[in-house]
Amino acid sequence: MNISVSSLERRINHGICGEGPIATEEYFINMGPQHPSTHGVLRLLLKLDGETVREVIPVLGYIHRGIEKMGEKAGYRQFVHLSDRIDYLSSLMNNWAVSMVIEKAANIELNDRIQTVRTILAELQRIQSHQLWWGVLGMDLGAFTPFLYGFRDREKLSDVLEKTIGARLTMNYIQPGGLMFDIDSDFVKDVKLFMDYFKPKLAEYETLVSENIIIKERLRGIGVLDAKSAVSLGTTGPVLRASGVMYDLRKSEPYGMYAKTAFEVPVGQSGDSLDRYLVRIVEMRQSLRIVEQLIDNIPDGKYFVMKPAVKIKPPEGAYYSHVETARGILGVFMVSDGKGSKPYRIHLRTPNFNNLWAVTAIAPGWRIADLVAIVSSLDLVVPDIDR
Amino acid sequence: MSNVWQAKSMVQRASEALTVSPLEALMYLVISLVLSLVFVALLGLGLVYLERKIAAHFQCRLGPMRVGWHGILQTLADGLKLLLKEDHIPAGADRFLHIVAPVLCMLGTLLAIAVLPLSPVVQVADLSIGVLYIAAVSGFGVLGILLGGWSSNNKWSLLGAMRAGAQIISYELSATLALLVVVVFSGTMRLSAIVESQAAGWWIWRAHGIGLVAFVIFLIASTAEINRTPFDLAEGESELTGGFHTEYSGMRWAVFFLSEFINMFIISAMAATLFLGGWMPLHIGAGQNVFNSVMDMVPTWVWFAGKSGFIIFLLMWFRWTFPRLRVDQLMRLEWKFLLPIGFVNLFAAAAAVLTGFYFFPGG
Repeated sequence: MNISVSSLERRINHGICGEGPIATEEYFINMGPQHPSTHGVLRLLLKLDGETVREVIPVLGYIHRGIEKMGEKAGYRQFVHLSDRIDYLSSLMNNWAVSMVIEKAANIELNDRIQTVRTILAELQRIQSHQLWWGVLGMDLGAFTPFLYGFRDREKLSDVLEKTIGARLTMNYIQPGGLMFDIDSDFVKDVKLFMDYFKPKLAEYETLVSENIIIKERLRGIGVLDAKSAVSLGTTGPVLRASGVMYDLRKSEPYGMYAKTAFEVPVGQSGDSLDRYLVRIVEMRQSLRIVEQLIDNIPDGKYFVMKPAVKIKPPEGAYYSHVETARGILGVFMVSDGKGSKPYRIHLRTPNFNNLWAVTAIAPGWRIADLVAIVSSLDLVVPDIDR
Repeated sequence: MSNVWQAKSMVQRASEALTVSPLEALMYLVISLVLSLVFVALLGLGLVYLERKIAAHFQCRLGPMRVGWHGILQTLADGLKLLLKEDHIPAGADRFLHIVAPVLCMLGTLLAIAVLPLSPVVQVADLSIGVLYIAAVSGFGVLGILLGGWSSNNKWSLLGAMRAGAQIISYELSATLALLVVVVFSGTMRLSAIVESQAAGWWIWRAHGIGLVAFVIFLIASTAEINRTPFDLAEGESELTGGFHTEYSGMRWAVFFLSEFINMFIISAMAATLFLGGWMPLHIGAGQNVFNSVMDMVPTWVWFAGKSGFIIFLLMWFRWTFPRLRVDQLMRLEWKFLLPIGFVNLFAAAAAVLTGFYFFPGG
């Protein structure tokens, strides 16, 4: 009887037990589409050498819904409601971006009340989005507690917004020519209460996570994105600003009431994950500052300048408009053929699509754990990448 | 006084009974085996419930509240669910090793439980090499984790297993060095004798900070050894989707889980036994005074449970506060900080013992 142990034979032949060097090879591994820290259905194909990442290949399309094409079929008014689903954490800002381009095309002039309410809501949502990001970052780095702290405070803000808007996630509130309905009578009071509540909590965030030695060690110097590649990759928002590039639409092309409020835009120095972290923390403070300035000065007036029933028929032409969402620049490009209530072409420039590719540039050379930290510090929302 | 605290283990009783009749000896062994298993099962249930409640209150929520009073039966319900769940072995897995791995994990845990002096009269076996034995059998745990990760035929599992292997073997060095400090002080490896050597004062403060340093090193190193946050790299949920037990389900997963929790108890019990005097009440000086006699009124098992419970709470506190370290940071912490400090500390302990320069009333 001839018994051969194949694995042993192979080892002997390949010299693993002998003098020859131990054979090693790089291998591929799928991170996602179902993985705890890819935040949805992002799939990263990793080429690994042991634990060291050699290459990151993002594979997209798992949550592609064709929102642009659907918008071309739905028409100017309905597309606003689809825009909630682009980046679900900045739904109001998405609404605003779409409304803005339609208002530009149809030449609709807004009153100050609408602009002020829009600005306040956008900044509140920036805080809300960063709260969730902060909690998730903690969870990605292995600390579960910040996740629940972040959500606890996010719920408070959701309650405030729900009272006016009626929804907690897909807001559907800002629409071309104004707002869906007027703000709640308690809105001003509630927002002030929330700000009083949240300021000490923000300090708590800092002591729990920002000043934690392990967090600092896990983020400092990890995934450095220098200013030049940040610009050439087309990153925007906190990712770009953390790399030291001062570019914020709220400052460079002010819309809403941003020109009339005083606030600072935090800029990082080294472009590592810690800078991306700190920039967002400071942004939360600055957003509170903006809301503080505006909340007492909401002017009187109508909450719409154009009734929802009125059909919008912009003249022929191509229009573009963009806003600074919590993740960067959301640009909406719209072509009107001037014939009806449906746009001829819609194209979106979403911030996360570009921010995602920063991973391919900065992750190689770091370990899997660092990759998780980097992805988390980029604050990706996958439906925004795929649309 | 020594009469009251005379340790008498189950094995000792069995060997004494052997002179009377072999049946009685067998009875003692069966009793100790059954009691250990019941103890492990109940302890597991209790610790899981405790962890969930403590975590919940750290996170501003209530935790389990529905099953039984304040959710006290929740773990039992979850255990039942795990029993009924499909036991899945992935295609291409090494079936035999996949089944054996959790058992190996549990084996190390059960063997270690046997020598812990829970109170002067509750101890299964009182080995003369107790400390060495504990250090040795805890190696079964890493074997189980390595085999579990390897046999799953999953790259994430393998990564987790390799991390666990490197981590546990490294940190075992520091933990053992810290244990040796106490062995040097008390001059014995018998756990019951180590407890008795602390009658006049616990080792944590009796040796000019040497004991304290050893205690801290032991706590850090053993947290790493049992894969708990901030050293839960082997599991690393957000990185490795579950690490070495990614492919485990149902009861096999539960066995990994249970052994992790019981290991936490063993670590705490060891720390309490070696550094905090085990079941020994808190005494000031060796003589009889009012304070000492009041302390003596508290039953010994309460002392033991209180001390280990405190350390278990510490470990849970760590877990719900700290994020996870990275692989290389973990290794740097061990080889560049803990190990050198551990060695220096051991030499300091030896010097203290040789020169007699320590708080030993009557040594």
